[in-house]
Amino acid sequence: MESLITLWEWLGQNLIVLQILIKIVVIVAPLMLCVAYFTYAERKLIGYMQVRIGPNRVGPKGWLQPIADAVKLMFKEIVIPTKANKVLFLIAPLLTLGPALAAWAVFPFSEGLVLADLNAGLLYILALTSIGVYGVIIAGWASNSKYAFLGAMRSAAQIVAYEIAMGFALVGVLVAAGSLNLGEIVRAQQSEAGIFGWFWLPLFPLFLIYFISGVAETNRAPFDVAEGESEIVAGFHVEYSGMPFAVFFLGEYANMILISALTALLFLGGWLSPLPASWVDGVFLLGDGIHWLFLKAAFAGFFFLWFRATFPRYRYDQIMRLGWKVFIPITIVWILVVGIMVVYRFAWFS
Amino acid sequence: MTFEKFVFYLFAAILVYAATMVITRRNPVHSALFLVLAFFASAGIWLLAEAEFLAIVLILVYVGAVMVLFLFVVMMLDIDLATLRAGFINYMPVGALMALVMAIEIFLVVGPGNFGLDKMPAPAARPSSYNNTEELGSVLYTVYMYQFEVAAVILLVGIIAAIGLTMRKRPETKYQNPSLQVRVKKADRLRVIKMDAED
Repeated sequence: MESLITLWEWLGQNLIVLQILIKIVVIVAPLMLCVAYFTYAERKLIGYMQVRIGPNRVGPKGWLQPIADAVKLMFKEIVIPTKANKVLFLIAPLLTLGPALAAWAVFPFSEGLVLADLNAGLLYILALTSIGVYGVIIAGWASNSKYAFLGAMRSAAQIVAYEIAMGFALVGVLVAAGSLNLGEIVRAQQSEAGIFGWFWLPLFPLFLIYFISGVAETNRAPFDVAEGESEIVAGFHVEYSGMPFAVFFLGEYANMILISALTALLFLGGWLSPLPASWVDGVFLLGDGIHWLFLKAAFAGFFFLWFRATFPRYRYDQIMRLGWKVFIPITIVWILVVGIMVVYRFAWFS
Repeated sequence: MTFEKFVFYLFAAILVYAATMVITRRNPVHSALFLVLAFFASAGIWLLAEAEFLAIVLILVYVGAVMVLFLFVVMMLDIDLATLRAGFINYMPVGALMALVMAIEIFLVVGPGNFGLDKMPAPAARPSSYNNTEELGSVLYTVYMYQFEVAAVILLVGIIAAIGLTMRKRPETKYQNPSLQVRVKKADRLRVIKMDAED
C-alpha cells in the first residue's frame, strides 16, 4: 500500500499524463458498466411497470443480458448506405458519445475527488452538453435518408429550444451559489438544515425545469421525437447498425446518467448527507460521502425510466410551446426571485 | 520549442486549415462543419492565452447554438452551384478590389507593426485560483455598463424586428388552445346512454 502511494506521487511529479490517463480510466470504466446495467434496469423496470417480466433468459435473472447485447452488436455487420457520406456517417456516433464522457472531467464525486477542478466548471458542462446535438444532426444528414433527416431536423429545433431553458436554470444555480465551480456549488448547499438547505427548495421551479429540459436534451421519452419510431421509424439512427448504433446507444445512456448526476449535484446537494452535519458527522455511511451522490443520481435516473413507461410522446408543436412559452418565461421570472432572495439574504443565502 | 508553442502552432495550423476549407468546399454543410472546427481551434488558442471564459463561451454560443441553427438552415437548402458561379468572371474585378481594400485595412490595424513583445509585453501568468469570469463580469457591469446595455437593447430590437418581419397570420392554420384542452371534463365529451338490448 505504502509503495503504491509513493508510486502514485512519483507519477504525479514525473509522468502526469499517465496519471491523468489512469484517472480517466477509473472514471470511464465504471461509467460504461453503469450504462450497460442502466439499459438492463430500464428493460426490467418498464417490464414490471407494464406487468411483464422483462429480460430473464441470459444468466441468472437475466443479469448477463447487457453483456450479450454488447457482444451481439459488436459482431453485427456495419452497413453503410451507398449514397451516405462515409466519413461523417461514422464520425456522428462519436460526436454523441464524446461530449457525454468529456463532461465527467470536471465532475466532483466527493470533497476533493475531481479530475479537473475548473473555475468555470458549470460553463464547461453547459458547453459540452450543447455540442452533443451535432452527433444527431450529422447522423441525420450523412445518412442521406428522409426519415433520418426529419429526425435530425426535429432534434436540432428541440435542443436549441430546451438548451435556453436549461441555461437559464443553471444561471439560477450560479446566482444562488455565487460560483461556477461545481465543488463550490455543492459546498454552498451545506447547512444545518440538511436536506432542506439544498437548492431544490429555493430553486424549485428551476429544479423541475432543469430536469425536464435534461430529458428533452437527451431525446428521451416523452420528448423522443428525434426517434419517434411510430412516425419516422427510428429517426436519426435509422440507417445505423452494429457498433456505430451501439455507440449512439452508449451516448444516449451516458448522457442520461450525466444529467441525473448533475441534477443530484446542482439541486440535491451532491455528496452531502440529507441529515444535518452536526447529527451525523463521522457516523458510518450517514455522514457526507460519495454514496449519497450515487443514491441521488440513481433516484434522478429512475425518473427517466418512469417517464418512458408512463407518458405518451409529445407532439412537435407542443414541445416547442412548452419550451418557449412556458419554461423560458418561468426561468426568467425565477432568476429575478433568486436574485432578490440572495440580495436580501433569505434563509438559504444568509 | 516549448510545449506551449507546439500546442499554439498545432491549433493555429488547424484553424487556418479549417478556415480555408470553409471557403473552398463545394458542399455548404461541409463548410459549416469546418467552421465548427475553426471555432474549436480558436477556443483552444484562447485557452492557451488563459482566457478560459471566452473560450468556453465561444463553444457554448457559437458551436452549441449559432452553428446548430446555421446547419439547420444550410441542410435544407438546395444550392445550385452552377447558377452561383455564372457571374464569377463579371464580378471578379469588384470582388478582388474589395478583398484588397479589406486586406490593407486589416494589415493597418493588426499588422506586425502593432504587435510583438516590445509593443505589448507578455502578461504575467496568474495563479490557478484566478477567476477571469468574475473579473470580466465586474468590469462588464461597472466600467462598461452603458455599452453592455446598449448592445443588449440592439439585440432585443433585432429579435423583435426578425420576429415582426417573419411572423404572419395564416387563416387556414388549425390551432388548438392547450389551456382549453386541459380544462376539458369527461362530461363535455362523453355521454353514456342506456340502450335496450336488441332482440
